Amino acid sequence: MDDAADIATHIPRLRRYARALTGDMTSADDLVQDTLERAWRRLALWRSGSDMRAWLFTIMHNIFANQLRADRHNQTPPTEHLSANLSVAAPQEDRLILRDLNKALGNLSDEQREVLLLVGLEQMSYEEAAKVLGIPIGTVMSRLSRGRDQLRAMMSGIGAVTQLKVVK
Amino acid sequence: MNSSTADVSELDLHAYVDGNLPEERRRQVEVFLTAHPEEKERVRVYQEQNNTLHALFDPVLAEPVPPKWQNPERHWTFLLKPAAAAALWIIIGGSLGWVLRGEYNGKSAANIKFAKQAAIAHAVYTPEVRHPVEVAAAEETHLVNWLSKRLGNRLKIPHLSALGYDLVGGRLLPGDQGPVAQFMYQDKNGQRLTLYVKTDANAERETAFRFAQEGTVAVFYWIDHRLSYALSGELHKDELLRIANVVYEKLNP
Repeated sequence: MDDAADIATHIPRLRRYARALTGDMTSADDLVQDTLERAWRRLALWRSGSDMRAWLFTIMHNIFANQLRADRHNQTPPTEHLSANLSVAAPQEDRLILRDLNKALGNLSDEQREVLLLVGLEQMSYEEAAKVLGIPIGTVMSRLSRGRDQLRAMMSGIGAVTQLKVVK
Repeated sequence: MNSSTADVSELDLHAYVDGNLPEERRRQVEVFLTAHPEEKERVRVYQEQNNTLHALFDPVLAEPVPPKWQNPERHWTFLLKPAAAAALWIIIGGSLGWVLRGEYNGKSAANIKFAKQAAIAHAVYTPEVRHPVEVAAAEETHLVNWLSKRLGNRLKIPHLSALGYDLVGGRLLPGDQGPVAQFMYQDKNGQRLTLYVKTDANAERETAFRFAQEGTVAVFYWIDHRLSYALSGELHKDELLRIANVVYEKLNP
């Protein structure tokens, strides 16, 4: 079996996750590029038969976490969570919800966003997400719970502001 | 029931949202939610968050993968695995043979690429639990009319129930030269097959079945009068060939 070709089958998913995580196409594709380079280099270390998706997402998480550490060290202001692909053919109202959620997602902590995306978008089990992020499953659950709650608060907050305007 | 629903925890609610609960526990949580409208609303919002994430980011899956990601400079990586390096030399030798026989040309390169794209589309969409297809089998007439219109060719959906594979549905995907249709099938064990179909305007011809292996995905592909087909599955080559023959017969009764 060709392991390098096997890596290629995971690229669209890595890219989707990176786009949601960074909120920016260029940084996302850089992250995928770095992940692939490291994966190709370390392919010999990958245990054949083990879960390749988990292995690749672990590599991506490690690179992302390192970048965050470096950014925080250099005091770089966080990049704005720019809109992803909003060319989706959605009715106006749906498009607003999409934009709101994308914005709210960018306001979560990076740690919460990672958990929320691995579970909600990548549909990993809590055990898999814990393994990929190298944290206990209890931490996955508390980040998931807080992340979802904050998203909910932010989304309803946006609604409340609109309502106030209407009243005036 | 009350005693079992009283201890529904925060963890249960999230596992309910993510579809990670065993059937019995899921039912208990549902009973609990009926009795607790506020929690029910919260769960609904969380489910909507998941759906919105998919609506926002699933389009990324269909973006064409840059060539630099498909062709790693992997020569020196392979040196780390002697067996793989040996295999590589055998492949190089084999390819040279092809070239010398004059078999290798642009056309076959395009066909190999077609098989690869079919395998990638298979690998991307078959693991999807919530969104495996855009249009489900229940709306088969709509599905076939819609995709026929987009591909500019009358399509047929072969029925494979006799082999134990039921139609799940289909979706439209972007290809190199226009839209591509993907039909998905599933057997009772959850094993999935996909049939990938594109219009090939210049190909007023037929080809024999060709085989490609991309990672764990096996692909048989062929051209049949202006349409190119690729059948992909994580199955043994012989088993997939048996199914490919049936697909071909159903398409050409």
